[in-house]
Amino acid sequence: MKSQKFWAWLVFALGAAYFIIPLAATFEFSLRMRRGEYSFDAYASVFSDPQFAASFTYSVIVGLFTIVVGILVVVPAVYFVRLRMPWLRPFMEFVTLLPLVIPALVLVYGYIRLYGSSSLIPFTGSVFGTNILLTCAYVTLAMPYMYRAVDNGMRTIDIGTLTEAAQIMGANQLQIIGKIILPNILVAILSGAFLTFAIVIGEFTIASLLNRPAFGPYLVGIGTNRAYEPAALAIISFIITWGAMGMINVLGRFAPRTSARTD
Amino acid sequence: MPAFLEVQNLVKSFGSNTVVKGVNFAFDKGEFISLLGPSGCGKTTILRMIAGFERPTSGAIRVDGDDITHLKPNQRKLGMVFQAYALFPNMTVGENIAFGLKIAGMPADQRRARVDEMLKLIGLPGFEKRYPYEMSGGQQQRVALARAIAPKPRLLLLDEPLSALDAKIRVSLREEIRAIQRDLGITTVFVTHDQEEAMSISDRIVVMNAGNIEQLGAAHDIYNRPATRFVATFVGQLNTLPAGLLPGATGERAIRPELISLAPRPETDLTLTGTIADLHFLGSVQRLRVDVGGTLLNIDTFNNQTKPLQRGDTVTLHLAQKDLLTLGA
Amino acid sequence: MSASNTKRRIPWDSLAVFPFVLFAVMFLFLPTLSLLSAAFTDRAGNFTFENIAGLFTDQILAAYWISIRVSGASALLGALCGLAITLAIIRGKLPAALRSAVMTFSGVASNFAGVPLAFAFIATLGRLGLATIVIRTLFGFDIYRQGGFNLFSFWGLTLTYLYFQIPLMMLTIAPAIDGLKKEWNEAAQTLGASTWQFWRYIGFPILWPSVLGTLSLLFANAFGAIATAWALTGSNLNIVTVLLYNQIRGDALQNPGLGAALAVGMILITSLANVIYLVVAARAERWMK
Repeated sequence: MKSQKFWAWLVFALGAAYFIIPLAATFEFSLRMRRGEYSFDAYASVFSDPQFAASFTYSVIVGLFTIVVGILVVVPAVYFVRLRMPWLRPFMEFVTLLPLVIPALVLVYGYIRLYGSSSLIPFTGSVFGTNILLTCAYVTLAMPYMYRAVDNGMRTIDIGTLTEAAQIMGANQLQIIGKIILPNILVAILSGAFLTFAIVIGEFTIASLLNRPAFGPYLVGIGTNRAYEPAALAIISFIITWGAMGMINVLGRFAPRTSARTD
Repeated sequence: MPAFLEVQNLVKSFGSNTVVKGVNFAFDKGEFISLLGPSGCGKTTILRMIAGFERPTSGAIRVDGDDITHLKPNQRKLGMVFQAYALFPNMTVGENIAFGLKIAGMPADQRRARVDEMLKLIGLPGFEKRYPYEMSGGQQQRVALARAIAPKPRLLLLDEPLSALDAKIRVSLREEIRAIQRDLGITTVFVTHDQEEAMSISDRIVVMNAGNIEQLGAAHDIYNRPATRFVATFVGQLNTLPAGLLPGATGERAIRPELISLAPRPETDLTLTGTIADLHFLGSVQRLRVDVGGTLLNIDTFNNQTKPLQRGDTVTLHLAQKDLLTLGA
Repeated sequence: MSASNTKRRIPWDSLAVFPFVLFAVMFLFLPTLSLLSAAFTDRAGNFTFENIAGLFTDQILAAYWISIRVSGASALLGALCGLAITLAIIRGKLPAALRSAVMTFSGVASNFAGVPLAFAFIATLGRLGLATIVIRTLFGFDIYRQGGFNLFSFWGLTLTYLYFQIPLMMLTIAPAIDGLKKEWNEAAQTLGASTWQFWRYIGFPILWPSVLGTLSLLFANAFGAIATAWALTGSNLNIVTVLLYNQIRGDALQNPGLGAALAVGMILITSLANVIYLVVAARAERWMK
C-alpha cells in the first residue's frame, strides 16, 4: 500500500516536471529581453505590433464564423439522426473520424486543387472566397470535437422523450428545436465552441497555404525574425488556450445532469 | 472444540467516525452465518475486514486458529462473492472459475477437471466457453460462486450476493447456495439487509445496528425472543400495544401480527374489540388493520372462505399472554 | 399518399442532415478523391503509376521513414507515459482534487500544439534554452556538445510531440480506467492474485483495446502534424509533412502528380494504422457486447 502511493507520487512528479519546466523556462525567457534584469518588454513589443492585433483579430473572427457554421451544420444533423434516422449514425461516426485520420495538410492540398481559380467553384479566386474556404476547412477540422460534444449533450437529455412530450403539447418542429432542445444542450454546444476556438486560433497549416493573414502564420514569421517575442507569444497562446478550456470546465458545472434513471 | 472463525474486539474507525465498535463472535466449522442489519450498521465493513480489504483499527480475526488480522487479502485463502457479480469480463466462464486455481499453480488438466466439476455443481455444465456478458444475472452470480469455491477456500464470504437479482431468482439461488454450502461443509459468512433472506438461510444470525451486535442467535430465537427493541422491530412485523390497552398490563407490550386471531385458540387468554379500518387480500393471507381504541393493529389471518370481512365490521381479537413481548431499550 | 399531403409535409429530416452531408462530400470526400485520382494521372491526363513510383527515391522514403519513426515513438511513449500518469492519478490514491486539476491541464496541453509549443521547447531545450543552461552550469554537462542532443532532430521532435501526445492519451484513457471496477481487483485478490497478476490477467487485457485505439489516434495525430516541426526545425528535419508543404508551396518538386502521390501515401499510412487497430481490437474485444 505504502509503496504503491510512493510510485504514484513519483510518476506524478516526473510528469508534472515535464509539463511545467517548459512553461517556466519559456516564461523566464520571455522576461529576459532587457539586459541584466527581468522585464515585460517582450510582451510590450508584441502588443504594440500592429500585425499582432490584425492577425489575432482575423483569427478570432474566422473562429467565430467557424463556430456558428459548425453549430448550424452539426446540431440539426445530430438531432435528426438520433431521432429519425439512426441508420445514418455509422456514416456520421465515420465522417467525423475522417479529419482525425486524414492530415489537415492533405485536405488543404485537396482544396487548393479542387477549388482553384479555374475550377467549378473557384473559392481561392477571390479574397472573400478564400476566407469562406478557410472557415469551411476549420469547420471540417473541428467537426470531430463539435460532433462529440453535441452528441454527448443529446445523449444525456434523452431527446426522444423530450421531443414527444413537446409534440403532445402542440409544439412544432422549429419550436421544439429552438425552445426545448437548444437550451438543454447549450452547455454542450458551448463546450464544442470553445474547443473549436482553441483549435482555430493558432492554426498554421491551412491558413498559411491559403495565404490568409491569420495568427498562426504570424507566429511563424515572428519565430524566424525575433528572439524574445516568440517566448512571450507562446505564453500568451497558452493563456488563451487555458482560457478556452477553463470556460469549458466552468460550463460543465451548469450542464444538465442525466435524468434520474441511472442505467 | 475451538471456534473456526473468531472475531475479537474488532473496531474500525474512518477518521473520527467509528463504524464497528468492538465486535466479538465465534463460529464453528461448517456454519452458515448471516450478518444482518440496516445499511451503515457496519456489517459490510466487518466482512471486508475478514476479507482483508479494510485494516481493523484494533482487534483480531482468527480462522482455524491462525491469526489473519494482518495478512494481505491474497494470502488469506478465502472465497468471496460480490453484489455486482464482478466476473472478469475478459475471461470466459471456464477461465473465471479456473483463475484462482491458475494463480495457485494447479496444472492445466487438473484445472479443467475442477472447472467441469464446479459447473456441474452450479447446474451450468457446458457453459465454460461463454463470456459473462452472454449470461443472465443469476447465471453470472452462480459462476461467481463457483469461482469463489473452486480453490477450496477456508471461508466463503458473500456480500449481498442476491441484491442485484430479480425476486424469483433471488429465492431459488439462495436455496441453491445453501444446498451447495451444506454439501461442501464450507463455513460461510453472508451479509444482507433482508431479514427474510437471513432467516431462511442461516444457522445463526448476527443482528447489527450502529456498529454493535444487537443479538446473536438462531433465526427462531431472534424472531421469537428478540433481545432488544431494535431487533424486535427490524426483524419481522410488530404491533406495539401502549400501556393501558390491555387489561392488567403495566407497561408497553408488543406482539407479532400472526399471533393475533379472530377466533379463540386453546392458548388465547386475552381479548380486544375493535373495528376493521382497512383490509388487504394477499392470497393465502389476509392482512387486516384493526382500530382498537385509537391504536391501529396489523393482523395476519389465513384466507377464510366462509366469512368475507368488510371495512367497518366489529371484530373480537384473541391473543395469548405468553406471546406478548416486553421491549427493552 | 396524395400529392397535397407530400407537399404539406416539409422533409425536415433530410433538410437538416443535408448541410452535414454536403460538408462531408465537399470538404472530405471530394478533396481526397481528387488527390487519389491525381496521384494516378500524368500531365496529359492518362492513367499512370509513375507518380507512385516517383515516391521511391531516397529523399522521399527517408522523409516517410522519419515521419513514421517520430509518430510511432511519440505515440508509443505518449501512450506509455500517459497511461502511467493516469493510473497514478486515478488508482494511486492521490488526492481527488489533483485529478480534476490534472485533467483540466491535459485539456489545455493537448491543444497547446503547433507554433507556440515549438517556441516553448526552443526556450527550454534550445542551445540557449533555460534547461540547457541550467544543466550546463549545475553539472558542467553540455547536452548539445557532450550529450549529442539536438532539438531539431528525431529525439528533439519526439520529446516535443510528447507534450500534446501524453495529455491526449490521458484524456482518452481516463474513462476506460474509471471503468475498471474495484470489485475485479478485490475478487482477484481473494483468489490469491498479486497486484502484478491482477494487471497482467485482468486490468491490462481490459484496457488493451482502448490503449490500442488511442495509440492509432496518437500516431495519426503526430503523423499529420506540421506546425510544430516547421516552427521548430524549418526545413532542417525532412519529415513528410514538411516535404509536402514545400511541394504545395511550389518551392521544391514542381510536380503536382508527385505531390498528390505524397498525400495519398500519407492517407494510406494513417489508414493502415487504423486498420491495424480495428483488426487487433476486434480480436481483443471478443468479450465485449
